[in-house]
Amino acid sequence: MTYLIQGRTNDWEVVIGLEVHAQIISDAKLFSGAATSFGAEPNSQVSLVDAGMPGMLPVINEFCIQQAVRTGLGLDAKINLHSVFERKNYFYPDLPQGYQISQYLHPIVGEGMVRLDMPDGTREIGVERLHMEQDAGKSIHDQDPNRTFIDLNRSGVALMEIVSKPDLRSPEEAGAYLRKLRAIVQYLGTCDGNMEQGSLRCDANVSVRPSGSDELRTRAEIKNINSVRFVMQAIEYEAERQVDVYETGGSVVQETRLYDPDRGETRSMRSKEDAHDYRYFPDPDLLPIDLTPDFVEEIKKNLPELPDAKKVRFISEYGVTESDAGILVAEQETAKYFEEVALGRDAKLAANWVIHELFGVLNKVGKGISDSPIVADKLGNLVDLISNNVISSRIAKDVFEEMVAKGKDPGVIVEEKGLKQITDAGEIEIAVNNVIADNADQVKKFREGNQKLVGWFVGQVMKKTQGKANPQMVNELLLEKLKG
Amino acid sequence: MSELTELTIAEARDGLVNRKFSSVELTDVHIRAVEAARDLNAFVTETLDLAIERAKASDDRRAKGKPAGGMDGIPIAVKDLFCTEGVLTTASSHILDGFIPPYESTVSQNLRDAGSVMLGKTNMDEFAMGSANVTSFYGAVKNPWYVNDGKDRVPGGSSGGSAAAVAANISLGAAGSDTGGSIRQPASFCGVVGMKPTYGRCSRWGMVAFASSLDQAGPLTRTVRDAAIMLQAMAGHDSKDSTSSTEPVPNFEASITGEIKGLKIGIPSEYRIDGMSSEIEGLWSQGVEMLKDAGAEPLEVSLPHTKYALPTYYIVAPAEASSNLARYDGVRYGLRVDAETLDEMYETTRGEGFGQEVRRRIMMGAYVLSAGYYDAYYVKAQKLRTLILKDFSDAFKKVDAILTPTTPFAAFAIGEKMDDPVQMYINDVFTVPSSLAGLPAITVPAGLSNEGLPLGLHLITKPFGEETLFCVADVLENLVSFHTKPAYLSKDAR
Amino acid sequence: MALDEATVRKIAKLARIKVPENEVPTLAEELSKIIEWIEQLNEVDTENVTPMTSMAEMVMPKRADKVTDGNYPDRVLSNAPNPEGPFYTVPKVIE
Ligand SMILES: [Mg+2]
Ligand SMILES: [Zn+2]
Repeated sequence: MTYLIQGRTNDWEVVIGLEVHAQIISDAKLFSGAATSFGAEPNSQVSLVDAGMPGMLPVINEFCIQQAVRTGLGLDAKINLHSVFERKNYFYPDLPQGYQISQYLHPIVGEGMVRLDMPDGTREIGVERLHMEQDAGKSIHDQDPNRTFIDLNRSGVALMEIVSKPDLRSPEEAGAYLRKLRAIVQYLGTCDGNMEQGSLRCDANVSVRPSGSDELRTRAEIKNINSVRFVMQAIEYEAERQVDVYETGGSVVQETRLYDPDRGETRSMRSKEDAHDYRYFPDPDLLPIDLTPDFVEEIKKNLPELPDAKKVRFISEYGVTESDAGILVAEQETAKYFEEVALGRDAKLAANWVIHELFGVLNKVGKGISDSPIVADKLGNLVDLISNNVISSRIAKDVFEEMVAKGKDPGVIVEEKGLKQITDAGEIEIAVNNVIADNADQVKKFREGNQKLVGWFVGQVMKKTQGKANPQMVNELLLEKLKG
Repeated sequence: MSELTELTIAEARDGLVNRKFSSVELTDVHIRAVEAARDLNAFVTETLDLAIERAKASDDRRAKGKPAGGMDGIPIAVKDLFCTEGVLTTASSHILDGFIPPYESTVSQNLRDAGSVMLGKTNMDEFAMGSANVTSFYGAVKNPWYVNDGKDRVPGGSSGGSAAAVAANISLGAAGSDTGGSIRQPASFCGVVGMKPTYGRCSRWGMVAFASSLDQAGPLTRTVRDAAIMLQAMAGHDSKDSTSSTEPVPNFEASITGEIKGLKIGIPSEYRIDGMSSEIEGLWSQGVEMLKDAGAEPLEVSLPHTKYALPTYYIVAPAEASSNLARYDGVRYGLRVDAETLDEMYETTRGEGFGQEVRRRIMMGAYVLSAGYYDAYYVKAQKLRTLILKDFSDAFKKVDAILTPTTPFAAFAIGEKMDDPVQMYINDVFTVPSSLAGLPAITVPAGLSNEGLPLGLHLITKPFGEETLFCVADVLENLVSFHTKPAYLSKDAR
Repeated sequence: MALDEATVRKIAKLARIKVPENEVPTLAEELSKIIEWIEQLNEVDTENVTPMTSMAEMVMPKRADKVTDGNYPDRVLSNAPNPEGPFYTVPKVIE
């Protein structure tokens, strides 16, 4: 489905490219031995190097190189054996050196691809490049009326900047791309993907053009958006703003904009006059990175199974539907949880319980699967109870609720509450006989042709048995008796 | 002053070993020399109490039979470019007002570990940008050499305070740094030995950066042997500097054998620059003859890109400097000029904090890196650098070392050559090419100008060939037999 | 002149250096002179020359991913002008 903005004169297409900054998972910073953990005391995780003290020099963290290569391989991208760190020069108080060490002309990772499953089919989104760079510190503006405070804890933390091609065509695609990218880096263990803590941040380049045209018009860059939802909202707003500008005879200017989620709008951040001139040049304090093919091969050998491959396997191995498989692999934790539940059990039933029941609860309480009130093992036991006809699906839902509330084992709940399914034909027959005897009018109506009443009878029998009777047996016996 | 201030490092070392005097005695006379020579303005910061403390510690170590290293107890000076823990470090700039590093540079730490005693931090051109030591926020340094014309001479730069301190017998040796000639040119102007090792030999960690791809620490001393002893203490691999070499550090002093028979010495014709004075010309030929007499074989070599070295340098060095000096922004240390807005704070702090030459070079650097000019200037210069390096590699296929003059003229009067920056840049015409190629080079005092001011001869060799340099330079030093002392040392006569 | 006054103002701004308006013409002249002198490099054909990228002919040394530094806010803040608690401060930045 093409996303089009209906203008007064014609329809408009939106062209989006995303630049994602992903914090590399590492213990120490990219060029110093200071720690990287989130939430430390201000300026405590700062070395002399990170504070840009005179005469301080960078020495690269080898693990960060591995992480960048691993990510590149996860994006099916070309790994550049030769890459170069350059200095990006600009002044900002949270940039202590007065330059950011980044990669420019020679990034460590070249072109790659991210595959999206959209409702109308698969979309392949090109990755332009991935490069390594240092993060800046944090400016705090709300602590003092006249001053901005600077915390350099994040200064020098390793980032990967992953730049997509302008291949995205709708806010939904942008959202899907971001979620997919997050899944990939999480699977790879190269970034925790936590957008709230800023370990994944997104800049969106947005432009519009008349539908059917293939020109690339002036784009606006919306900086530092910190949730998937906001990325989608920001793009939607910005695209409409630009259409409006064009349709009222104006022109879009190349600028940096900020998304304000409270107002749901983007606004200009910097005027054109102070356009940047970053004066990139190779950092003379560092040497080029020259990797060996063996180094790359070794990382390749140890890549985990990634979402696309896992999805294919879930379909073939567990027989789940394509859309269920997509949902199950979207996050590594979910996939892992599902496999624990499904292992040696009815996988479709397992998928059903994870996707519909568990997700329902998680959404309601706003938790992720890693904080699920029910561990995989116990949900598996519940699936067993259903498969083995110990309880009905109907009862299972009650048991599930009890599990959520109390965290108890389903077997124990069934035992304590006596919820075991009645499969004893004699016991069910007594209940059926009683219901028929007590409802002569209804029996009469049924026998006169109101076949729909069978459902009502089943309900009565289930009521009598507190829902424990095996529904299939009830059904069969009732029909037999009612038909007399 | 005392005889003790006239010693070489080697002699002082022997005296300390043989208990002829203690480090406290040796340091004490040097402290008095520092105090007596304040009119030279060689120091930004004197650390005299610290010196006595370290001298005492040295004597204690020696008493216990555990001297620290090759320079235990030897008083030296350290250029104010090296960050010294707990001691004001300014790079002679206003912008580093009050900066007390909470760390010690690797080179000054190495010197401490070798047992040396720091007398103070020497004056220099601001951020090492200059060839006359006139750009210092702390004022010009006077060259201890003067002729009786009433004009003070510059000591050269940027390690001008270091060169003056060694020449005036204030300090037995001094640590300097050389980016385009900043050790060798002042050493030549002050009649002392100055040595710039191979790029990567000494760690740059904790050394205030000027141009990262060129900056190298090295010693200024009164003899070649002393330079070998001092470099031994300064050099070595440092894992904190990605450009620090892992090449093993040989015993430099052992390379001084007096034997240069059969060594091939290159004489680059391109160094005969236009308008070179006959005194420089004469000195150079004399050097060639001397080495020939000692058994070396002089050979003409060609370094065709020599004339492009200076303009190349004046692209690369300012470009790197413009970026290296961006950290002086008034936020974390040094000078801050308060202002209403952030940009105003930046601009006034940097406008007032940097002197004229530094401002000029930062702007030059920003310009050559800016959009649209990067390829025409910066990339072009880096290509020239490749060619200059290739010139040298080709020459070193034929010769072991190259002999050139150190400077195109002797020390000039303070205030001269100030109005045209390019004229000032010519000072480094003979030292810059080897800097661009990262090669080791040394200057030895070799004679006097017609006016009676010292002139140096300059030897260059291939990467990590410092041993060859020390050996040849020592032979040259002995043959030249330069024993004239600066007039300052007999200043009662002035 | 190789470098006009507008360019001087532009690079002064880029370099965050206040240049008083009355110094702009002199600076333009000085910098132009240097630039013109530098342009003698154009005499050299560098068509097929690789620009020098690093001085040291070695493989870039790398550090292990170990926390070995930091945890000394007092040291990094010891020279700070106008600090506030554990923070550096600057005049208020309006984003
Ligand atoms: Mg970017
Ligand atoms: Zn970036």
